[in-house]
Amino acid sequence: MIKYIFSFFQYDFMRYALIIGLFISVCCALLGVSLVLKRFSMIGDGLSHVGFGASAIALALGFAPLYVAIPIVIIAAFLMLRINKNSKIKGDAAIAIVSSSALAIGYTVAKLSGNVNIDIGSYMFGSIYTVTLEDVIITAVLSFAVIVLYAVFYNKLFAVTFDEEFASATGVKTEAYNTLLACLTAVTVVVGMRMMGALLISSLIIFPVLTASRVCKNYRSVITASLIISVFNFLAGLVFSIVLNTSPGSSVVIVSLSVFVVFTVASKIFKK
Amino acid sequence: MAIIAVENLTKRFSGNLVLDNLNFAVEKGDTLYIVGENGSGKTTLVKLLLGLMDASSGKIKFDGINKNQIGYMPQQNEIQADFPASVNEIIMSGFLNRASFMPFYKKEHKNEAVQLMEKLHIYSLRDRSFRSLSGGQKQRVLLCRALCAANGVLLLDEPLTALDPLASAEFYDVLSDLKAQGVTVIIISHDVQCAVKYGDKILHLGRNDTFFGTSHEYCHSEIGKRMLVEGHSHD
Ligand SMILES: Nc1ncnc2c1ncn2[C@@H]1O[C@H](COP(=O)(O)OP(=O)(O)OP(=O)(O)O)[C@@H](O)[C@H]1O
Ligand SMILES: [Mg+2]
Repeated sequence: MIKYIFSFFQYDFMRYALIIGLFISVCCALLGVSLVLKRFSMIGDGLSHVGFGASAIALALGFAPLYVAIPIVIIAAFLMLRINKNSKIKGDAAIAIVSSSALAIGYTVAKLSGNVNIDIGSYMFGSIYTVTLEDVIITAVLSFAVIVLYAVFYNKLFAVTFDEEFASATGVKTEAYNTLLACLTAVTVVVGMRMMGALLISSLIIFPVLTASRVCKNYRSVITASLIISVFNFLAGLVFSIVLNTSPGSSVVIVSLSVFVVFTVASKIFKK
Repeated sequence: MAIIAVENLTKRFSGNLVLDNLNFAVEKGDTLYIVGENGSGKTTLVKLLLGLMDASSGKIKFDGINKNQIGYMPQQNEIQADFPASVNEIIMSGFLNRASFMPFYKKEHKNEAVQLMEKLHIYSLRDRSFRSLSGGQKQRVLLCRALCAANGVLLLDEPLTALDPLASAEFYDVLSDLKAQGVTVIIISHDVQCAVKYGDKILHLGRNDTFFGTSHEYCHSEIGKRMLVEGHSHD
């Protein structure tokens, strides 16, 4: 069995999938902590739909999807973080409107253009096994940038996540750090769509931190645990998908859900 | 020299007039107490001073003080109740307004934090999760964070509500230390007795009447006399 699994990794596509997946899992876990604790969980979902719409339009026009999607999603992220600040309930609705509209427009454009190269399924649910070496390099570079920036601004991102009002009142440039957060989220979502698809990427952002906050007591441990859980979920999901020949994106989500349930039950039992 | 000068400050929330044409000034090193009944606009005023809200009209002028020299303690109900963060992580975040580009906290800041934590008797709580603390403990942690951030001006929104008598007494000790260091302090409080005892200036926000003056003047004013008598009759 183990031999069977390892035999897959002699193939390039499998190694690429592994590298891309690890990078994306790490980025999603990091950003997830900030987004979920800031109560912006929905933004990941909204952005991935915008990313899908942008990619579909880019493909229809004959551009490389990534280079169109990243700037558009950054703008969307910036706007969404803003809407949400001004009024809570409307923010939720605004994200839902933007995300479903982007999905509809993207899908319609893809259909109208009649471009047979657009595989809607892979954009919706991810297609980690079809990545090229170029994808791997782009993903690695962008993810690395996200990880480094997150690490450098770790304390400041903590401050705007925990108590933005205090940070702003005492002269921390919260606007700048929120913008940074928007950019990092946008890049992570666009890059992560390759693996998870527009419909599933938000689970990669949300599950690790939700699972980790079941048991962790401070911020640093939430981050560490999210990273470990995220990488574990990905590896287990990948193996799951090899063995059962299922879609890797969906398998990762199913593993994430199971781990989340186990942690929730365990934390309930240990509290007693 | 007035470090903060407020001129004709007015704040409305969609038609609801909360602050009406307010004028006052705070001198460097002064302790100003803001008193007044619930909903009279104390928190709103402090948020306006901090730039967290925009005024409907009027001016707030700061002289000789930068935004990153301000320490602030929010009213307790405004903190996320379920956030996984340790006491130490929260307190250290007070130093971020003076942090350079460096990703790590400076040694001197860490030492300062330890000293402040010891002074406020929360050093033993430093690794505890904030959400697991009692109300008074949380309040001391937020006070400590505010003290870390304050480098000239300190604004405290009801810092005493959940403190036991001993902790309150210690709080006033800490304030007198700050005064000795020349820190300007603005405190919202419902304890009028202590406000006139420890404050240099009093700002009373009321529905019908507003008062601004020294605590001595306040004791002899109509509104001040009323408040002080009422305060006694509750004891
Ligand atoms: N964001 C807001 N939107 C609309 N109205 C608000 C808002 N914030 C405060 N108010 C209103 O402004 C008034 C003053 O509120 P504020 O919080 O400043 O009172 P306060 O003096 O701090 O009271 P307390 O002693 O209870 O803390 C209240 O009537 C409140 O309903
Ligand atoms: Mg208030």
